[in-house]
Amino acid sequence: MKFVDEYRGQAEAERIAEEIARITTRPHTLMEVCGGQTHAIVKFGIDTLLPDAIELVHGPGCPVCVTPVERIDLALEVARRSEVILCSFGDMLRVPGSHGDLFAAKAAGADVRVVYSPLDAVALAKKHPDRQVVFFAVGFETTAPAHALAVFRADQEGIANFSILTALVRVPPAMEAILGSPKCRVQGFLAAGHVCTIMGCGEYEPLAAKYKVPIVVTGFEPLDILDGVLRCVRQLEAGEARVENAYTRVVKNAGNTHAQRLLESVFEAGARDWRGLGPIPDSGLHLRGRYTEYDTVRRFGLPPVAAVAESECIAGDVLQGWKKPHECPAFGTRCTPEHPLGAPMVSGEGACAAYYRYRREDPARNSA
Amino acid sequence: MCLAVPGKILEIDPSDLLMRTARVSFGGVVREISLALVPEAEVGGYVLAHAGIGIGMVDEEEAGHIFEALRQLDALEEVEG
Repeated sequence: MKFVDEYRGQAEAERIAEEIARITTRPHTLMEVCGGQTHAIVKFGIDTLLPDAIELVHGPGCPVCVTPVERIDLALEVARRSEVILCSFGDMLRVPGSHGDLFAAKAAGADVRVVYSPLDAVALAKKHPDRQVVFFAVGFETTAPAHALAVFRADQEGIANFSILTALVRVPPAMEAILGSPKCRVQGFLAAGHVCTIMGCGEYEPLAAKYKVPIVVTGFEPLDILDGVLRCVRQLEAGEARVENAYTRVVKNAGNTHAQRLLESVFEAGARDWRGLGPIPDSGLHLRGRYTEYDTVRRFGLPPVAAVAESECIAGDVLQGWKKPHECPAFGTRCTPEHPLGAPMVSGEGACAAYYRYRREDPARNSA
Repeated sequence: MCLAVPGKILEIDPSDLLMRTARVSFGGVVREISLALVPEAEVGGYVLAHAGIGIGMVDEEEAGHIFEALRQLDALEEVEG
């Protein structure tokens, strides 16, 4: 049975899949850490092209999905203040906090706006000097430079009524948290191409060496993903554990050094809670030095919020590759994109939303 | 949400002295993008844009592949709004 929709280079994809099958002599579990890759794998049935011995598990590759409940609660609290205009990306509005989401707060009268860029929020702050404009900053290293640039710009222009509520996170510490778990099943990683466009490949070298896992920087097209899998399996079969850049068309090994310098001047790494994974050292990007005055928590003197216990959502198990979305008892029944129990069902890049969208009515595909 | 979208640089605005900005066409949808982090960007080139800023440059062929792949994943809402 063929599940694959049309995509570029289908014949080539089948050839790569055959090569993977030819060289595979034992089981390997690989994890991708990019919501775009997860989406493509599920939509195009990339996993169904692979031999049974190769299992793809879907890591914490969606920044919306890993934003902890208590950060959403903080955003809700700030949004309800009459002087505040709260801005964020569209995906964030429907992620449930302990009591409702930002979309509900907006419906109840809060001034919540979806913007394309944090720079738009800076422009909004300039236009409304009598209001406090807060950007709910969510994203991985790909998105962090836009936030750094917004804070830098506000500082340069003296725009004092702009701040960011940061939930920005770094991918390598999360990979280390997964690798360091005694229950870890992951033997090789596909690293996210567009994250590496910014950060380059160097950050992954210590991880590959310490945990003896191949890490292959991979694009998100079906052909790219299969190529990433092939290179990962090749290394595993040869007993190697190197960082390999399979996406040189877009990713330079050194990354974007201008962006790295900006990130370093505006942010510093520190501990951050991940939804489903708990606290991870050095995984968060926090404003540093003079830029801390653009921190929403500091601007409003918000008290620390205690970690909030999860509902029956098993996001943590899914994001670490222990369970597939359809193995959750609430999947597709009590938890749907319209009424999500947890974030991976909300975002289009969440593993649960992808399984719901493409595989709900075809459970056979899940056993692939 | 971490996927960057390639667009063609139509015009670079010289008026903003603090950071270079450009009008960039994403399959016909035109947006203003900061070029602060891609100093090598020139009119006619293809910039990978994410959350309003350019993060890297690609050639025309690669830009076409990425754009088409994003379209297939319904992942263009970022630029199409």
